[in-house]
Amino acid sequence: MDTRYDVIIIGAGVTGCAIARELSRFDCKVLVLEKDEDVCCGTSKANSGIVHAGYDAKPGSLKAKMNVRGNEMMRSLVSELDIPYKQIGSLVVCTDESLRGGIEELYNRGIANGVTGLKIMEASEIRELEPNISDDVVCALFASTAGIICPFRLNIALAECANQNGVEFKFDSTVTGIEAIGSGFKVTSSGGEYCASVIVNAAGCHSDEIHNLVSSKKYHITPRRGDYMLLDRSCEGLVNHVIFPQPTSLGKGILVTPTAHGNILIGPTAIDTDNKDEAPVTSEGLAKVIEGSAKNIKGVPVKQVITGFSGLRAHEDGGEFILEETTDCPGFFDCVGIESPGLTACPAVGEYMASLVADRLSLSLKSSWNGICHDVKKPFELSEKERAELIASEPAYGKIICRCETITEGEIIDSIRRPLGARSLDGVKRRTRAGMGRCQGGFCSPRVMEILSRELNVPLDSITKNGGSSKILFGRTKDES
Amino acid sequence: MRADIVVIGGGPAGLAAAIAAAKEDKSLNVLILERDNELGGILNQCIHNGFGLHTFNEELTGPEYASRFEEQLDGLGINYMLNTMVLNVSSGSVTAVNSNEGVFTVSCGAIVLCMGCRERPRGALNIPGLRPAGVFTAGTAQRLVNIEGYMPGREVVILGSGDIGLIMARRMTLEGANVKAVCELMPYSGGLKRNIVQCLDDFDIPLLLSHTVIDIKGKERVTSVVIAKVDSNSKPIPGTEQEITCDTLLLSCGLIPENELSRAADIKINPATNGPVVNESFETSVPGIFACGNVLHVHDLVDYVSEESSRAGKSAARYVSSSIISVGAEIRISTGSGVRYTVPSIVRPDELDSDLIIRFRSTGVFKDSYIDVSFNGSNKIHRRKQIITPGEMEQVILKREDLLNISGDICIAISES
Amino acid sequence: METKEITCINCPMGCRLTVTMSGSEVISVEGNTCKRGDVYARTEVISPVRTVTTTIKVTGGSVDRVSCKTKTPVPKDKIFDVMAEIGSASCTAPVKIGDVLIEDCAGTGVPVVATKDVSDLLV
Repeated sequence: MDTRYDVIIIGAGVTGCAIARELSRFDCKVLVLEKDEDVCCGTSKANSGIVHAGYDAKPGSLKAKMNVRGNEMMRSLVSELDIPYKQIGSLVVCTDESLRGGIEELYNRGIANGVTGLKIMEASEIRELEPNISDDVVCALFASTAGIICPFRLNIALAECANQNGVEFKFDSTVTGIEAIGSGFKVTSSGGEYCASVIVNAAGCHSDEIHNLVSSKKYHITPRRGDYMLLDRSCEGLVNHVIFPQPTSLGKGILVTPTAHGNILIGPTAIDTDNKDEAPVTSEGLAKVIEGSAKNIKGVPVKQVITGFSGLRAHEDGGEFILEETTDCPGFFDCVGIESPGLTACPAVGEYMASLVADRLSLSLKSSWNGICHDVKKPFELSEKERAELIASEPAYGKIICRCETITEGEIIDSIRRPLGARSLDGVKRRTRAGMGRCQGGFCSPRVMEILSRELNVPLDSITKNGGSSKILFGRTKDES
Repeated sequence: MRADIVVIGGGPAGLAAAIAAAKEDKSLNVLILERDNELGGILNQCIHNGFGLHTFNEELTGPEYASRFEEQLDGLGINYMLNTMVLNVSSGSVTAVNSNEGVFTVSCGAIVLCMGCRERPRGALNIPGLRPAGVFTAGTAQRLVNIEGYMPGREVVILGSGDIGLIMARRMTLEGANVKAVCELMPYSGGLKRNIVQCLDDFDIPLLLSHTVIDIKGKERVTSVVIAKVDSNSKPIPGTEQEITCDTLLLSCGLIPENELSRAADIKINPATNGPVVNESFETSVPGIFACGNVLHVHDLVDYVSEESSRAGKSAARYVSSSIISVGAEIRISTGSGVRYTVPSIVRPDELDSDLIIRFRSTGVFKDSYIDVSFNGSNKIHRRKQIITPGEMEQVILKREDLLNISGDICIAISES
Repeated sequence: METKEITCINCPMGCRLTVTMSGSEVISVEGNTCKRGDVYARTEVISPVRTVTTTIKVTGGSVDRVSCKTKTPVPKDKIFDVMAEIGSASCTAPVKIGDVLIEDCAGTGVPVVATKDVSDLLV
């Protein structure tokens, strides 16, 4: 196997995969190394799923620029890659007259950042848009360009698109060493050794460690945990926009939002931790989520919770995105400190980093490139006629496996057979939503395991929840051994 | 497609309802739509015995109990479709999908809802901690062991002492697992005494009442859980934490009737049962749509499911066969102190062809107490019960002739002596 | 004289029964609140029995495990012997409910019977 690449990207989250897709436009050999068993396993899988408008970050900062550009790019990206997305707008709600100045400040910051569609709304207008808004509402910053997106599909589609344009992916490959050799680098990982002219560090919470392997200028990332609660789809309609409280130094506060799939999401907390690999939900965290969600919205039906989860933000001490070629290590490019609005920013970060790399390597564009990834069949989004034809030709699309989310066997098989296909229960879940509904896989997980076992041609008891040693089963009953 | 009666779900409720409907009027075309690949529903994985004492006067296992019903289908000309998921229900119409027909609609005279219930998952319990492999609902584990033939764990802690949790404690033990403890949030178990003795005591498995799981550890697979004693408000008591090494946590923390189809059809739901509000005929607030089994209210005995479902099926058949619309009085059955809910909650005495069985659950444990039934405020029944617990369904039987002569509400209450 | 403590299983009361025995003879039962407790205690202390329900391997069938039970209850102290024998046994499809899969399980004299039908693969 040829282990020599032009570019190695470390990390298959949204940032790494967005860079991979943009680089796949160029004539070059790209490898993405991922420590987990699949794409979308770190910060990208556990976040608010919000496409931010761009009024939060300080004017002139990379966070501000990438947010506004990312927001703009996202609208075309979602149609190119068939990503569930709704531009529902957001409201930053002020419930204390004495803090009205903060809303005006956000508005001005947004204008300075180039955000369009901003407006300060008064209480009466807000009540019309959001009947469940707090009685204390004074005013709010409305941002029409904010939206909600499926973060899993965003990440997976970016990866699939990159892959269909020639980018290779290696999973279960934790990078343990990077050595400058000649005009490039040798990367040692738990999955093998690879060489490349250029390295792009998109390692999320671990991006400081990756950077510090090669540079004397040290970065430091604090994983900042955020707890969330996801409410049943029956709560749809509780809010119609992304509802933020006024921000504080720790972040944007506890939001209440619809998700791209019709649930209600509340959270996140912001708790600094020292563990980059484990994000346990805590009862204190959940209590804060409940308390915080009640600040702006009346009667949040928290008893309708279907799951709680938490994610880690990669907060760098400087509080800014670091997107640059490391000064003391030419050819090594950093994406460090990608916290919120990292999801929104990823298309812009991808574009920006790819252009830096292309310049560095003097890359030329390929003669043909396919940026469209639109081939996932969703029988319940088709017309009656199309659906009937699909089920007639592929009967598996008529057999429901996940009852809560109405996901068919055909969709699950496809998620496994696709390029960079699912290899675990969570992999299927992120690609198809099977197991994401109100029973949380109680009914469908044994059936999804059977399909995985059949499609991957491995024993049922080797199927994992999310790779590694996360096996679901311990062998057969009545086993003589 | 056309059927006189569509029964949604081929578990114990659906089978009994379909059979009763077909027996009531042999000319009716009855169709069962079942989402799984076999009939029988949850009974297929309930391989333990104890089913059927009331119905067949013998102790059967779940699969045996189901087969007693399944073997009647052919003779009665009842049709069924497997691997068929109902997507939508409205008065006189059921839309479903399967691999052979694609999405199809069955127009029908009546519908019987028999979708059963689902287990409350970890996410809905707000259990803190990591999210490794090895956390299962007891029913999912039961399916894996009993149907698939695989072991979901070796060192097991169970949260919740409902009957499924107790049964799985024994089942896992028999298959060689070490069940370290069963924790129960409440100060009493929701399971049958027989199951506590024969599933836990027989194997020296400790039942820890007033305990809950406060942390789950392990990044990839469960490595331990932390349990703690809880106070009278179910809040963990600091200082009582205890870490138990295990690879598996089973959850038996309540069942939720699966009423998404009912809600979408604008059927009125009783918040106490999470099931439809029904009258003496098991008819919901939408005429021609009936409900029975665990989709109506969660049962502890399948015999009661069969019996209620037979009445529902019979009512559906009568609804289709007769064009007469009831105009008789409606009497509300209200819940007094100590009673969480009743089924039915409405009775139309004119529609009764026999005495009325009202089933109900208590709000807590009552010892040496009385079940009181009052008609329009005056006491009709005052019956002593040594013990009443929320885990065991209670019933009262009201005579048809008494009901024909009353006005005002019926109230059922529990009073302590 | 010897006493044994057991829990009555007849109803949710779960009375704690104290059984006083002389050898294998029951002298008295105390703690019961009804007659059923007395009857239960006398059987349970002398010869407790349980029906064992489990699965058994099946070959050539549409599935490879079928549910089964001891046709009648077996002595409680034989539960694990019964499980061991069922664990090492297997049967061949087709299987019908009630089919005897083991004639005399673990020397109890009790047969193990199938509790579910399994069709053979050819059907």
